[in-house]
Amino acid sequence: MSLVSIRSLTRIFDVSKPWLNRLIERKPKALLTAVSDVSFEIEEKTVYALVGESGSGKSTIGKMLVGLLGPSSGAVEIRGVDLARETDAQKVDDVRADIQMIFQDPFASLNPRWRVRDIIAEPVAARGGETGGLAEKLLEQVGLSARDAGKFPHEFSGGQRQRICIARALASEPKLIVCDEPTSALDVSVQAQVLNLMSDLKDEFGLTYLFISHDLTVVQHMADRIGVLYLGRLVEEASPDALFDDPKHPYTQMLLAAAPQLGAFGRDVPPPTGEIPDPINPPPGCAYNPRCPLATDLCRTERPELREVRDARVACHFAE
Amino acid sequence: MVDTPLHDVPVKDPSRLSLALQSDFFYQFKRSPVAVVSFAVTMILVLGAVFAPLIAPYDPFDPASLNLMNGFSAPMTPNAFTGETFWLGTDDQGRDVFSTILYGMRISLFVGAAAVAFAMVLGITLGLLAGYVGGWTETIIMRVADVQLTFPAILVAMLIFGVAKGVTPVEYRDQMAIWVLIIAIGLSDWVQFARVVRGATLVEKNKEYVQAARLIGRTSPAIMLRHILPNVLSPVLVIATISLALAIIAEATLSFLGVGAPPTQPSLGTLIRIGQGFLFSGEWWILLFPAVTLLALALSVNLLGDWLRDALNPRLR
Repeated sequence: MSLVSIRSLTRIFDVSKPWLNRLIERKPKALLTAVSDVSFEIEEKTVYALVGESGSGKSTIGKMLVGLLGPSSGAVEIRGVDLARETDAQKVDDVRADIQMIFQDPFASLNPRWRVRDIIAEPVAARGGETGGLAEKLLEQVGLSARDAGKFPHEFSGGQRQRICIARALASEPKLIVCDEPTSALDVSVQAQVLNLMSDLKDEFGLTYLFISHDLTVVQHMADRIGVLYLGRLVEEASPDALFDDPKHPYTQMLLAAAPQLGAFGRDVPPPTGEIPDPINPPPGCAYNPRCPLATDLCRTERPELREVRDARVACHFAE
Repeated sequence: MVDTPLHDVPVKDPSRLSLALQSDFFYQFKRSPVAVVSFAVTMILVLGAVFAPLIAPYDPFDPASLNLMNGFSAPMTPNAFTGETFWLGTDDQGRDVFSTILYGMRISLFVGAAAVAFAMVLGITLGLLAGYVGGWTETIIMRVADVQLTFPAILVAMLIFGVAKGVTPVEYRDQMAIWVLIIAIGLSDWVQFARVVRGATLVEKNKEYVQAARLIGRTSPAIMLRHILPNVLSPVLVIATISLALAIIAEATLSFLGVGAPPTQPSLGTLIRIGQGFLFSGEWWILLFPAVTLLALALSVNLLGDWLRDALNPRLR
């Protein structure tokens, strides 16, 4: 059985103005579908990567997975337990202890008034666990010094702070860590260090990652399975080799063509055309149809379902 | 030699006090003459008030030490009986003005500080709730605050004071007056704390460290108290200092109007009210010295608050 199973997950945000404004302006409620009918599974001890442009719903899926947001419909099951619907508090608590998250902004994810020791030990302390020496041990495991435990977050650089975040995520000995663009706020040289650290820790502790990123090159090296999101929908899912060698969805093809390549410097690439459509009024049919070179009338009326195409799952009427 | 891992060696953290003394904040304090002088003036006045029984040459509440023969002594004139000098003169009852000022400052400072503390606790609690919980809780708290803001604080305080006076039995009125004063000033002052705390809470609650605490399973009260509260306190500190100056003046105003501290426990405002009756008959010292003390106290606390606001504002560095 897979560790995480996400089924038909949908999240709709109400982004309407206050009701008085709506009444005066005679406008209907504005609903933003951030995630629409997304299903995938994450096997234990693998890395599942979600990629997509800004606003494609990557982070929303991550937040629903850790329980910071509830799904509008569909379900997130972790080891067979549905966090949003399970009534047994003990079961929910056990599952929650197995999930941790690493955030995007290392400057906002550490409480500036707390010492690093208390920050790292908090997941354990919150459950009444023994925390003596824990922070010092974890700091050394993530490549910092045990002496840093007594310092405050402002004494560290971005990369060091992200290491502290990783140490905090490891403290409760979780099985699954959701990494929400953990390197996008860091310098390129520091990115590599942090990614290597995460890889090493994954092997050492037998972790499973949900890795959220918009950087294809990062994902190529980390992931065992990649899901491409477009406007809250999963458009393609494949292994890194299959995805990079043989992208099947036109959107994936465009993304790969636009990604910078060191070997092909100065090559002529058609820039990506169009922008992501308004998620409050998504286009009918396939969400990608306004930008797609292959689009036909079928694409403008009928939403393509994910289907198996050789070694991948693709949501396109014409993929084969 | 056996290598002990570093994490087994106990490390002594630098204390928060030593960090504070090395901080920019302390450095800026030393470099600002206004801050140092106003801090010194405040400290002298506060210490004078706290140790009034030790410093004051007379106890103005002890009728045995008073003699009407000493009434209206000008400053620097001797006591008719003991020959000691009345530095700041005496009032109509023969009470030493210097001593009454020291005792009066006690009442003024106590009422001011207690009223600000009360307003702070109330304002921070309601502001945190409004900011963190949101929804109807926020709407109700903040609309009540808005309505209260439309009335001048002194009017609100007088209203509360008047109602409380009507409710308390006559024999307790003098004893209760000080506490009623504290509650009246405190209730008229909580709004600005609530507004500032709510604003800061709205910023903090969306930061990722709060989300990290939530997904660990921390409860909302724990997150509000342990994570958000320490991060919203620096603006509160500034408002508290300026509020202290305003609360002292509010208390003096109420007492001057005769609805504040009773004559048995005269505050600086009560002293000024007594003194103004003698202003035109030539006994200027009975009014002047309490008034100057009140001015010095309010001004130095206010300047300290102003400096604090600038020092804690990263954009003005």
